[in-house]
Amino acid sequence: MGLLSDPVRRRALARLVLRLNAPLWALPVAWLERTMRSVGLEVYTQSFSRKLPFPDETHERYMVSGTNVYGILRAPRAASTESLVLTVPCGSDSTNSQAVGLLLALAAHFRGQIYWAKDIIFLVTEHDLLGTEAWLEAYHDVNVTGMQSSPLQGRAGAIQAAVALELSSDVVTSLDVAVEGLNGQLPNLDLLNLFQTFCQKGGLLCTLQGKLQPQDWTSLDGPLQGLQTLLLMVLRQASGRPHGSHGLFLRYRVEALTLRGINSFRQYKYDLVAVGKALEGMFRKLNHLLERLHQSFFLYLLPALSRFVSIGLYMPAAGFLLLVLGLKALELWMQLHEAEVGLEEPGGGPGPSVPLPPSQGVGLASLVAPLLISQAMGLALYVLPVLGQHVATQHFPVAEAEAVVLTLLAIYAAGLALPHNTHRVVSTQAPDRGWMALKLVALIYLALQLGCIALTNFSLGFLLATTMVPAAALAKPHGPRTLYAALLVLTSPAATLLGSLFLWRELQEAPLSLAEGWQLFLAALAQGVLEHHTYGALLFPLLSLGLYPCWLLFWNVLFWK
Amino acid sequence: MAVTYCLSRPATALVAVLLLSFGSVAASHIEDQAEQLFRSGHTNNWAVLVCTSRFWFNYRHVANTLSVYRSVKRLGIPDSHIVLMLADDMACNPRNPKPATVFSHKNMELNVYGDDVEVDYRSYEVTVENFLRVLTGRIPPSTPRSKRLLSDDRSNILIYMTGHGGNGFLKFQDSEEITNIELADAFEQMWQKRRYNELLFIIDTCQGASMYERFYSPNIMALASSQVGEDSLSHQPDPAIGVHLMDRYTFYVLEFLEEINPASQTNMNDLFQVCPKSLCVSTPGHRTDLFQRDPKNVLITDFFGSVRKVEITTETINLQQGSEIMESSYKEDQMDEEPVEPLKYAEQLPVAQIIHQKPKLKDWHPPGGFILGLWALIIMVFFKTYGIKHMKFIF
Repeated sequence: MGLLSDPVRRRALARLVLRLNAPLWALPVAWLERTMRSVGLEVYTQSFSRKLPFPDETHERYMVSGTNVYGILRAPRAASTESLVLTVPCGSDSTNSQAVGLLLALAAHFRGQIYWAKDIIFLVTEHDLLGTEAWLEAYHDVNVTGMQSSPLQGRAGAIQAAVALELSSDVVTSLDVAVEGLNGQLPNLDLLNLFQTFCQKGGLLCTLQGKLQPQDWTSLDGPLQGLQTLLLMVLRQASGRPHGSHGLFLRYRVEALTLRGINSFRQYKYDLVAVGKALEGMFRKLNHLLERLHQSFFLYLLPALSRFVSIGLYMPAAGFLLLVLGLKALELWMQLHEAEVGLEEPGGGPGPSVPLPPSQGVGLASLVAPLLISQAMGLALYVLPVLGQHVATQHFPVAEAEAVVLTLLAIYAAGLALPHNTHRVVSTQAPDRGWMALKLVALIYLALQLGCIALTNFSLGFLLATTMVPAAALAKPHGPRTLYAALLVLTSPAATLLGSLFLWRELQEAPLSLAEGWQLFLAALAQGVLEHHTYGALLFPLLSLGLYPCWLLFWNVLFWK
Repeated sequence: MAVTYCLSRPATALVAVLLLSFGSVAASHIEDQAEQLFRSGHTNNWAVLVCTSRFWFNYRHVANTLSVYRSVKRLGIPDSHIVLMLADDMACNPRNPKPATVFSHKNMELNVYGDDVEVDYRSYEVTVENFLRVLTGRIPPSTPRSKRLLSDDRSNILIYMTGHGGNGFLKFQDSEEITNIELADAFEQMWQKRRYNELLFIIDTCQGASMYERFYSPNIMALASSQVGEDSLSHQPDPAIGVHLMDRYTFYVLEFLEEINPASQTNMNDLFQVCPKSLCVSTPGHRTDLFQRDPKNVLITDFFGSVRKVEITTETINLQQGSEIMESSYKEDQMDEEPVEPLKYAEQLPVAQIIHQKPKLKDWHPPGGFILGLWALIIMVFFKTYGIKHMKFIF
């Protein structure tokens, strides 16, 4: 898969690196310190280290240690109670070589002004997001992700807003803005509006999700392009990844954006002065703030930079989907109740129905077994891949990351074989009522989970609801079993992930072939597990501990004998 | 003798006529002078200038208030007679690129903050409660003199308010509001406690005219920067400072006041013309029905300046024997006191005649005949369906 996947090659490389006794790429800490001090900032450094659960193939790192460098520009006439952050995440796959230059130029310019009422922190992090996470945890004095970071020597008050910069060339043709953050959190819409205002004022070309702003909203093209942008945002928000440093700031309720300079093949190019002016304007406006940004929306979807869809408009859609589950559960409840009444008085006729403790008790007991087994499978899916990677690498010629991913897939597929085993545990009294009761419980479980997910990360909840709700509502042992089985497999969480990857690349106009898609899928699985351990992303635990057991229950229902 | 007598009769008549005419001219001249002297009826001037909004982006409200302060001070009202209430400190705000200044014109032409600004109520002391206490005089005894409005029944008071407002209210400091009814009641309290002779109320907020709709006390003239339903707009942003510097209405009032000096004879009608809709975008309004004098006879300096009137007398008053005179006059008063007149306030105004209230719109009721007819129809239908035999038991 990557450079480190062949164990032989890996050992050779490790020996080489050890012999050189130098890291492959490191931040020029001393130079940065010197330069920032000459500009007039208060400079501090922070070191951090972390051993990842398994080697990260995409970033080629495993045992990470680094140093963050940050300089604080103190407000000349205000108490240092609030601050703004301009951050440049630097990494070995450095798509960020020019941004440090712009950061230092802006620092020198800002230092000459007297109208700052908040401190400004200029932060350069090593190992991009890992460094940012270490700095944020030390700044807020928490330890959320198991990072070992040294405490910060210099602090500047509560952070009001942050802007992350990523520039890979010294001329840009457009500026791309990223808003989706960790676990689908979004900054206040006012910050995006601020960026868009300065784009318009400075005449910069600004893109969202890599797409230009549709000009023509009257014909079909504009809304269609808006729909594509919206779908891209939904997919990115659903993935729960921090798409840039800003995503990690959002956890501490610091409004943040990432600005990426894109150098494409357009004719008209902007130099860094234009980008710097836009940034200066943004920071000056943020300086005028007296309260945290709170007047605009926190939950929204963006079809374009100048348009948004508020939660009041899109939440009912998820509500209706969950209503389907609720109604189906109600129907099953009624059927179960009628079946009870029918069993009690086969003669029929009106009369008060007496609840039957004995058979109901058996029904409940027969439900516990599938529930426990499904949840155990989910737990296995969550815990085993990372725990068992070393055992796997000893017995199989795979790297750790590959081992993790393949174990994930193996356990996932093993769950499909479950129904043939659970029946040995379950007693077969009143088989019809057994599956109906199980389906009832599964429907309520799914509705609860999707409801909770939709509240915190709407895109994820909606995406899973659109795929899982029809299959879940339809699953029953009678009828065309193969068809229902195919539908259920196609709408399982893993298949949804695969499909959304294809959809995402399709929308970005870089479609994938099947092989590429499969490779990307495997990489996404590894990244998902890794991000859960390093940043606390919740996609992996939600899918493995929550939705996968639920899906298994429906699979059980489908194969009920 | 008879001839001289005969000659002198027409002569005396002529002289008499001349004397009379001179006398009348002199008398009318004196009367004019007397009328001039007692034209306005006030002997001292006060000003209460209030800026109600805080935060850096409300720089323009502080600049508004400070411009009026500057004009009022220049025209003669001393700091001891000005109550200046500023809700935020713009001059020393860390965001001010030119510290210790508040500009009203862009390109930093005019600094209204100066060297001798005395702010009486500052920052969080500017509340509705403090404002009403200042107006009505219900102030705790520990309040320093500079924070009191020590006006009497011969004071002309200028009240200028600016900030964010709406239909019927003015917002103080982002946390509370004063309504037009409260303000009107406060002015009525002032009237009943004889705390003003005449009051000029100027307000520069959005929908400012709603604030003076409810006044019912006499001798109040009111000006507002916009009508109900209109917004008052700000004038110029300054790119170096980064905020809007003044509101339009007060900007043009300031320009108008810069032309006034203590001897100006400009009257209120000119002030009403300041800032027409073409410059102000909103429509300034004014209210003069409660005011007794004609606005064209009211000088700007009656409210904005402090013009002292001097009364020259040729009588001498002997102060040493004053006590005897006092005692004797007192005894005389006592002797004369048998027919006691009922005591009453001088110039008790028939307020209801002064205020022309709009006739109340009564709710429309359908005419009585309609209701009667309807009921008759209902009863007819009832008896038709249930049988006409019931009818004779009713009628």
